[in-house]
Amino acid sequence: MAVTPTDLSAALVMTPVAPADWLVVLPPAWCILAGAVLLMARKSLHLQGFLAVPALAVLVLLDALLLAHVAENGPVMMVMGRWLPPFGIAFTADLTGVLFALAGAVVALAGAVHALTDIDGSGRRYGFYPFLLLLMAGVSGAFLTGDIFNLYVWFEVLLISSFGLITLGSEPRQIDGAIKYAFLNLIATTLFLITTGYLYGIFGTLNMADIATKAAAGRAELPLMTLAMLYLTAFGMKAAAFPVNFWLPASYHTPRIVVSALFAGLLTKVGIYALLRTLIMLFPVEREELSFVIALTGAATMLLGALGALGQNDIRRLLGYLVISGIGIMLAGLSLGSPGGTGGAIFYALHSMVVMTGLYMAAGLAGRLSGTFDLSRLGGLYTRSALFSALSLVLFFAVSGLPPFSGFWPKVMVAKAAMDIGAWWLAAVVFLSGFLTTIAVGRVFLLAYWRPADGALAAEAIPASALLPLAVLTVLTVVFGLFPDALLSTIQLAAQGLADPRAYVGSVFPGGN
Amino acid sequence: MEVPFVLLIGLFFSAAVYLMLSKFLVRVLLGVVLLGNAVNLLIFTNGRILREVPPIIPAGHDVPKALTANPLPQALILTAIVISFSFFAFLLVLVYRAYQDLGTDNGNEMRLAEPENDPLPPTGY
Repeated sequence: MAVTPTDLSAALVMTPVAPADWLVVLPPAWCILAGAVLLMARKSLHLQGFLAVPALAVLVLLDALLLAHVAENGPVMMVMGRWLPPFGIAFTADLTGVLFALAGAVVALAGAVHALTDIDGSGRRYGFYPFLLLLMAGVSGAFLTGDIFNLYVWFEVLLISSFGLITLGSEPRQIDGAIKYAFLNLIATTLFLITTGYLYGIFGTLNMADIATKAAAGRAELPLMTLAMLYLTAFGMKAAAFPVNFWLPASYHTPRIVVSALFAGLLTKVGIYALLRTLIMLFPVEREELSFVIALTGAATMLLGALGALGQNDIRRLLGYLVISGIGIMLAGLSLGSPGGTGGAIFYALHSMVVMTGLYMAAGLAGRLSGTFDLSRLGGLYTRSALFSALSLVLFFAVSGLPPFSGFWPKVMVAKAAMDIGAWWLAAVVFLSGFLTTIAVGRVFLLAYWRPADGALAAEAIPASALLPLAVLTVLTVVFGLFPDALLSTIQLAAQGLADPRAYVGSVFPGGN
Repeated sequence: MEVPFVLLIGLFFSAAVYLMLSKFLVRVLLGVVLLGNAVNLLIFTNGRILREVPPIIPAGHDVPKALTANPLPQALILTAIVISFSFFAFLLVLVYRAYQDLGTDNGNEMRLAEPENDPLPPTGY
């Protein structure tokens, strides 16, 4: 039987992918490749760091190039196996996703450098660097994918890598923390999967651009409120929002300090990103109806975080509560949904990634010098190293949202957006939580840095490779606090792209669908 | 055909939630397994239960001749099964290790990471 040539253009993308568009899939692909190489080299312990740090530097470069490409040409799309969307799994990079991916890569690079001295030989033997690279594959994939089931898969990739990282060292208290972290996060991702199952039953598609179009067209008769509420619960749990936040303070202080730093910078922000993506882009009308619920959750999260931080004696646990408090501000921005609110949430998420990672590193160095993390026993760090104290103080001010550091602008944006719609109480809670945070971190500085030490501090010098990433992260918060214009205008474009996804949909369906 | 499936899924979910509310980790583990299977059934039913005809296009045709089963939910479930199975394997080891190190499988007694009488921070020098 003669084979008749079939017209494939009905099912496949026939035009070759433009070379620059390959950047969309490169970040996760590169991380998986580098992770595999590191796994093969797991027995050469001295090689691990020397391979991982350049690999993550390349990741930062790739994300920066992708950001430049997206900023110039709008959202970029690529489908797996050339299948036409919505049938092929699409990777779609818009400004929001790429900004998160770039910030995540910077944080991971800083963590990898910091880990050169923080993670000992046994930590490397158990695979710290391969896990870190695979975690970054999951994080980059989650930020860049355009398919909601694929988002679930990336969530699981980053979750299983984080299990590997959190149990690194296998101390009993770590196992205790890991149990709570693992079970509650697994239930949260299962809730995400349940919602995605319903979403598939309702729309018959998993491509986010396709869902956005179909939701807008069939809003009246589809049960979209159910989906929005379920996504809010699932991603709220991943982000550690108020009633479902208990896994975070139970576990984030137990692993190696650089692992805590990476988790604080990356994991909860993936939850916030998924909330922005689903509630602002896919279900804006439902978010509007839920806005009071989200605002209340955000306010409660902010206050719980700040009050929890005030009551902690262990500085690592204190920082865990500060992570939660920051999530509250992002939720407040999300509840408003206006350009200022969404923009504020994105800005605060980026700021929080950098600052929380830096703060955990500072806490780790403080613990390394003093041999304790207890506020009642810490002391004398200022006389020990003035430079380290100055860097810590900048980060303390930044996390409280004091000017001129990067936490100030997003808080102003969210508070202004809240007052614009008359929600003065929400703005008041933003400022109140900032005030309480200032007291909590001010007390840390007073007790741990200014108070004279009881005994002698460890004589070892702070290694440059541990101080450098801390310094770079601190400089970043200062620069974006003093010169926020470029970042602000990019973030405003990103927020517009989420609220009005025509460009996003247009990149996936160039001919309309 | 959907109604019996819906009832079955409800049964799975309620049993899973009941087990996960227990303070003993072994029961929570069993609850997690049931939860994973409940979700798999839920995705399967959400893809519509159509016919047992496999989605194969006969030679010389461009589209299937009869209404066929929906293959996509099965692909999704396959992914979910692999993931939930590997997570179960990890959790099993983690719980066993916790039993060895902490000497209990009672969640309420695991207070190493969050000690019960954690002191408050000092109020002054």
